[in-house]
Amino acid sequence: MSEFEPQILAFCCHYCAYAAADLAGTFRAQYPTNVRIIRVPCSGKVDPLHIMQAFESGADGVLVAGCLEGGCHFQEGNLRAKRRVAHVSQILDEIGIEPDRLRMVNLSSAMGQAFANTITQFTEQIRKLGPSPVTNSVFMEKTK
Amino acid sequence: MIVASRKNIQELKELLTPYQRIAILGCGTCVTVCLAGGEREAGMAASALRMTYRLDGVQKDIRDLTIERQCDDAFIDEAWKSLDEADAILSLACGAGVQAIAERFPNKPVFPGVDTQFIGILEEQGIWTEKCIACGQCRIGPFGGICPVTRCAKHLLNGPCGGSDDGKCEVNPDADCAWQLIYDRLKAIGEEYRLTEIAPLPDWSLSNEGGCRKIIREDQRI
Repeated sequence: MSEFEPQILAFCCHYCAYAAADLAGTFRAQYPTNVRIIRVPCSGKVDPLHIMQAFESGADGVLVAGCLEGGCHFQEGNLRAKRRVAHVSQILDEIGIEPDRLRMVNLSSAMGQAFANTITQFTEQIRKLGPSPVTNSVFMEKTK
Repeated sequence: MIVASRKNIQELKELLTPYQRIAILGCGTCVTVCLAGGEREAGMAASALRMTYRLDGVQKDIRDLTIERQCDDAFIDEAWKSLDEADAILSLACGAGVQAIAERFPNKPVFPGVDTQFIGILEEQGIWTEKCIACGQCRIGPFGGICPVTRCAKHLLNGPCGGSDDGKCEVNPDADCAWQLIYDRLKAIGEEYRLTEIAPLPDWSLSNEGGCRKIIREDQRI
């Protein structure tokens, strides 16, 4: 059996985390290839429904990356995202999915190395948790 | 507006377990505004239920749709076909909407997807408070625009109970004392004299205590 490779979706704010990912690439910082990045205009634009659909579509982990607190381009989009992520975490818990599979992080556009470290650390965390119970269910096994 | 709050996913799961094709029906009016049962919440509930059943290895056909108003037959018509195809309907409307759907589909199980709480207002983003218990004889006027029937925990109409502490209710210290608010407001508008008038006892038979109410307007009937 091949080693489990998590599929992680990262919603990255255009003004910070996405630029940090770009910077990480520019200076060739290494981080796992398990992450798929979706650029959003602000972490506050990430709808709770987007996160739910990510898990339903097979994501093992979801990261919402916004600006440092106090540094949001739209003033408080990242603070709203933080509260929404907490809300979705509670719903995940009710469903039976480990809330640790969802995380909100705050970065600035200058934090290329921190972005790489965050992705590395989160990937390891999801790897330890194993495949999402949604994708690992009997039903999904049958349809694979 | 009518304010509701969402139900726990496991509670919904237990309600819907016997059914295969499930329609989750959002309502585009009050419960959309209070973020409990609108289009987004219907999508969230559908997604959450599909996932929680999958964890048990069960695949169900769970779809969501939202209509403008569930307490209005004309809008139910728009979704009639989709709803009729389902084995069960989970209505995310207030209690009135759920019952309107149940009356329209007499042979189909219909379940409430939210807990209807009260008639209230948005106090600030994310905070809703009760303002009206629909007692059937509104007398807010003499009380400076503040309803003692709803906002005083003891429904007192002739002055405070004496238990308020620093302007807060002794029954619920998080709530303002309605009579403190009434006094402050009447003073601000120069109508304290209203406090010397004796308010007659309420006729509770006009409220829900007198049974389910009905309004018939002959001038509006067709």
